[in-house]
Amino acid sequence: MTHHDSSTPVAPPRPQKAPPRPKLMDTLELDTRLLGMIGAFILVAVVFNLMTDGRFLTPRNIFNLTIQTVSVAIMATGMVFVIVTRHIDLSVGALLATCSAVMAMMQTAWLPQYLGLPIGHPMIPWLAIGAGIVTGAAIGAFQGYLAGYLLIPAFIVTLGGLLVWRNTAWYLTNGQTIGPLDSTFQIFGGINGTLGEFWSWVIGILATLAALAALWAKRRDKLRHDFPVKPLWAEAALGAIIGGAILGFIAVLNSYQIPEARLRRSFEARGEVMPEGYSAAYGLPVSVLLLIIVAIVMTVVARKTRLGRYIFATGGNPQAAELSGINTRLLTVKVFAIMGALCAISAVVASARLTNHSNDIGTLDELRVIAAAVIGGTALAGGLGTIYGAILGALIMQSLQSGMAMVGVDAPLQNIVVGSVLVLAVLIDIIYRRRTGKG
Amino acid sequence: MTPLVEMRNISIAFGGVQAVDDVSIDLYPGEVVGLLGHNGAGKSTLIKILSGAYRADEGEILIDGKPVTINSPRDARAQNIETIHQTLALADNLPAPANLFLGRELRTMFGFLDDSRMEAETRKIMARLNPNFKKIVDPVSALSGGQRQSVAIARAVYFNARILIMDEPTAALGVHETKMVADLIMELKAQGLGIFLISHDTREMMALCDRVSVMKNGQLIGTERVEDVTEDDILSMIIMGKKPDKAA
Repeated sequence: MTHHDSSTPVAPPRPQKAPPRPKLMDTLELDTRLLGMIGAFILVAVVFNLMTDGRFLTPRNIFNLTIQTVSVAIMATGMVFVIVTRHIDLSVGALLATCSAVMAMMQTAWLPQYLGLPIGHPMIPWLAIGAGIVTGAAIGAFQGYLAGYLLIPAFIVTLGGLLVWRNTAWYLTNGQTIGPLDSTFQIFGGINGTLGEFWSWVIGILATLAALAALWAKRRDKLRHDFPVKPLWAEAALGAIIGGAILGFIAVLNSYQIPEARLRRSFEARGEVMPEGYSAAYGLPVSVLLLIIVAIVMTVVARKTRLGRYIFATGGNPQAAELSGINTRLLTVKVFAIMGALCAISAVVASARLTNHSNDIGTLDELRVIAAAVIGGTALAGGLGTIYGAILGALIMQSLQSGMAMVGVDAPLQNIVVGSVLVLAVLIDIIYRRRTGKG
Repeated sequence: MTPLVEMRNISIAFGGVQAVDDVSIDLYPGEVVGLLGHNGAGKSTLIKILSGAYRADEGEILIDGKPVTINSPRDARAQNIETIHQTLALADNLPAPANLFLGRELRTMFGFLDDSRMEAETRKIMARLNPNFKKIVDPVSALSGGQRQSVAIARAVYFNARILIMDEPTAALGVHETKMVADLIMELKAQGLGIFLISHDTREMMALCDRVSVMKNGQLIGTERVEDVTEDDILSMIIMGKKPDKAA
């Protein structure tokens, strides 16, 4: 591959011939798979918006869509790790139910009875959430131990788990609906806990600044090591897109006004009178903020920690990982423990949204969570997957489901479509990978 | 001079099969020792005991004349023993730097992975080992056999291996790439590393090795200096399991 060019002997050495002008996409270094998913999501949204005469893309519906997606999306981020390490977890819906049952019983029965905390005590929601997360992580770790150390296939461990934990929840609650849940606890449910206009803008602006700072830090780091960097305009364009997306999302949520009757009630509850012409917006739901935090933490774990690196290495080549001195068994335990803890966090959101624990909470969630991860580009063969992909996958699935419900598609047809989309998405992904040779 | 490595009276059995039966070999600094034999002769098994993948039933391992215990790949690495496995042991989905540092990642002071420093180090060592290597950020699945091999070798070299085990390093390579690996072996040898080389290619072994040890059915047939024997002698040791006639 040496380059002989005797006509210009005094010219400074240049690396081969001038490279072809890079394409716009390459210059921006955008992930084409991510763009494809965003494209699919926009397509779904626009089509439904046309079919519903503009009701799909209203602030109200976008607000509802985000809070309906949170629970599945949180679990889907954990499912990425599970599937990347070539395992599967069929028990997440059932595990969510057990965690939800534990937290509901803590709030309404165990803490008041055994610790003597009166109902409504400020510590109750936090103790309950803590107990739920410990329960989820412990059950997850146990299932990971069965799969990693005793070498029972995770499919079987969690298939058994699906029955065991679903019915453990039933056993704990005697099959009753437990509620109403603590009012602070309900803040995590969505509509009952939103940040309001001001704080939503604060979060949005902080997030934008953080994103820009991260872009800048990455560029500086590359320059410091003399790596090639994008042209400054590309960097600026990327920053503008990210900032625009974040602030646009906040603007949409902030334009969903709280109904007047509801506002009046909240004033009356405080013993005040609502001033004439007063209005307020919901803004960013706490549950969505929770999802964003989970997404950031999981992305950092995936990309910037040894744990994440080992998860992907083990998924790519388990033998190589072991020969490199990675304890792949313990890794399996950790991955399932993370999955369990995320099930508990989802349980907080799901039960808070319903304002109670019901016996069938989380039913079929395992399928939605796996589908979200897979639609989001996680390969069942292991080694490949992204956190943002799984969240987008969850959002696409939820959009399809709510969109069809709004259009008035029959329930059986809805599920037929969602099932077909799952299979189609994987097919497109396979074709994409074959074409690009990626993965 | 003390040998770098001595494996004394090593035996290991799997089920009823004696895979390695009372074998002793040694390796000096700056020396290449070849292990030859049919498939199933026990070469790879013997060498996996040294690299920590298997644990011997009997026998002892001495490094610099001192007995050591090697129970895991980590133990072997702690003794500066690096292995390039037949299957290359690379995670195909990760790029070269992630593979090079797998299990020994560089981290920032906050404990996060320092990917740019790992990339910079990879560029440095690759510039030395294989200047044509440019695909630093692509997953190694996108690399050719020779490029993958150079990642595996870079891993061993970067961490200052003193003892290098290469299990069929040229088996999957083309002519040009085989030459590249051969040159590299000579360079590492000149730097004073001790190298165990496993191969089926007798001619290649005669060219690269200082001594060859031949195994058959788990037993050591003999160890010879390559200048003392012909290729035919070696072949008859492999096939017949007999030492060459030294009467002449």
